[in-house]
Amino acid sequence: MEQNNGILKVRDLVVKFRVRRRELTAIRSVSLDLYEGETLAIVGESGSGKTVLTKTFTGMLDTNGRIAGGTIEFEGRNLVEVKTDKEWEKIRGVKIATVFQDPMTSLNPLKRIGIQITEVIEKHQKLPPDEAKRIALSLMDKVGIKDVDKRFYDYPFQYSGGMRQRIVIAIALACKPRILICDEPTTALDVTIQAQILDLIRSLQKDYGFTTIYITHDLGVVANVADRVAVMYSGQIVEYGSVREIFYDPRHPYTWALISSLPTLARKGEPLYAIPGTPPTLFNEIKGDAFAPRNRYALGIDFEEEPPFFKVSESHYAKTWLLDPRAPFADPPQAVKIMRKKGNIYAESAAEAGK
Amino acid sequence: MSDVLLSVKNLEVTFKNGKENFTAVRKVNFDVHEGESFALVGESGSGKTTIGRTIIRINPATKGEIFFAGQKISGIIDRELDTYVIRNIQMIFQDPMASLNERATIDYIVSEGLYNFGLFKDENERREKVFKALNDVGLLEEHAERYPHEFSGGQRQRICIARVLAMEPKFIIADEPISALDVSIRAQVLNLLHDLKNKRGLSYLFIAHDLTVVRYFADRIGVIHQGELKELATAEELFARPLHPYTRSLLSAVPMPDPDVEKHKSLLIYDPSVHEYAQEGPSWREVFPGHFVLANSKEEVEYRAAFTTNSPSRR
Repeated sequence: MEQNNGILKVRDLVVKFRVRRRELTAIRSVSLDLYEGETLAIVGESGSGKTVLTKTFTGMLDTNGRIAGGTIEFEGRNLVEVKTDKEWEKIRGVKIATVFQDPMTSLNPLKRIGIQITEVIEKHQKLPPDEAKRIALSLMDKVGIKDVDKRFYDYPFQYSGGMRQRIVIAIALACKPRILICDEPTTALDVTIQAQILDLIRSLQKDYGFTTIYITHDLGVVANVADRVAVMYSGQIVEYGSVREIFYDPRHPYTWALISSLPTLARKGEPLYAIPGTPPTLFNEIKGDAFAPRNRYALGIDFEEEPPFFKVSESHYAKTWLLDPRAPFADPPQAVKIMRKKGNIYAESAAEAGK
Repeated sequence: MSDVLLSVKNLEVTFKNGKENFTAVRKVNFDVHEGESFALVGESGSGKTTIGRTIIRINPATKGEIFFAGQKISGIIDRELDTYVIRNIQMIFQDPMASLNERATIDYIVSEGLYNFGLFKDENERREKVFKALNDVGLLEEHAERYPHEFSGGQRQRICIARVLAMEPKFIIADEPISALDVSIRAQVLNLLHDLKNKRGLSYLFIAHDLTVVRYFADRIGVIHQGELKELATAEELFARPLHPYTRSLLSAVPMPDPDVEKHKSLLIYDPSVHEYAQEGPSWREVFPGHFVLANSKEEVEYRAAFTTNSPSRR
């Protein structure tokens, strides 16, 4: 890959939660590199740990959670060692900001929109009120709010869902963060509004030059926004690679299953592929590959020993025994073959166009 | 084509809020045939859920009529017909976390409708019906004694479906039945709804905003925007020849799980001012066989020309 300048480096991260006097391992040794200026999408079903993982970057784990091992390297320091709120305040919202799923709950319903933006600027950048207001107005304009002088004094209920999410983005950008974490930012919005918000984040990324992490379960959104994709299952990353590698040449059976269950590739009248069973409980130690019981490609060793990451290309790695040279040939599902063909067609037509 | 089961004619629904009136649904016409899945697609606030709620008589119709199995079911109806409507038209809601009584066992939840209408001779028959409904949705008899919190989202949605099936309805209104579910569970629920349609000859009104799901699931699709149907066609036809600019904008906005397509697409934003309705207002027109669109005569000519001169090359 051309970008070698890592901005955030996660190594062997383990996160545990105490729930009803038992301990649950939500993140089971995750390593991840985030490159400056890229958009990384983290996909997985609910409970796979994608939100928990990114919460550790801003010190926002719930009080019953703790980091039990590993390091998170950011700007020359280990974020795992940051403990006090006072220290976190210099990072959270300033260097690493988050946009959450539901714009209805992330704004204070009793405060005017403008105040909610200016208070962030005043607090973090120590600017006088009139200067903060000027910046807030220009931010509102930037995120596509019309008639800003009037809308500055409106309350959240006077904004539609899409407009509120724009305000949340404006607040997140107020301190010019280096990393913007978007946790399902468009799940609560309509498709047409969703498309506009995704476009907005993309164009802001160009202007401000921040690095983006998207958390989503919608593979359509991933295809739209991501440069790279990490697939999570049961608290681990099981496959990562460039967006084209993950969609057109996936190697992990879980990624295969995700792609197979998409209705876009299914033929009408034929049943959709449904992943059988449920994810394993994270209270117990997981032996072997966590996906094995639901995996029709599982090998004997999958139930015994956890697979390591196998290299597919410089940028593409998958954690499955199927890539071991000793493994038998696994014929991927039809949907994956269709995607592979699609990828080739585009690659060829792009090469044609280049000539 | 099979017989018409449900017919919505010139439906208008107005909500009164003090002196203000808000018309959520206007001049909506469509039929659902026996054994068909008909989908209504639109954004939030477009009126799609209001239509569903008006059919099951939660909201009254302000104007227009609704017919079910040949009988008029809108407006004032007698008690016998009311019972018939409740038994035969059932609804599945969006959020299975919110639509089950947390304090009731699954057994009670599934049989509540049976109790209300005395649809069983004795305790044995009731339990039989509950077990059958649970089996139909892939749950076990032992689940009957449990409470909703012991189930996952996908299982809860199955319980909602079991509750509906116990009534043995002809027609099911599914209001965003899978949008609150995880990707891997969506497929399970969609397959289940599909199976039930084939096995029991059920008909569906499927209310959704996700066009990729609707394309897979529905036989015909109606596109609704601000309370008006803009376009109606079979699923294949609508995707091959989207005529109305709103339908096109909706199609362009749906993220497709294909990076090369997504990264090169351009977003169409619907601007209602493209319509020149000052001289001639729009009406409901059949532009291609079975393909209806809300347009005036000038637009009708344009829409037809766009897809007859050059091949349908979109998407």
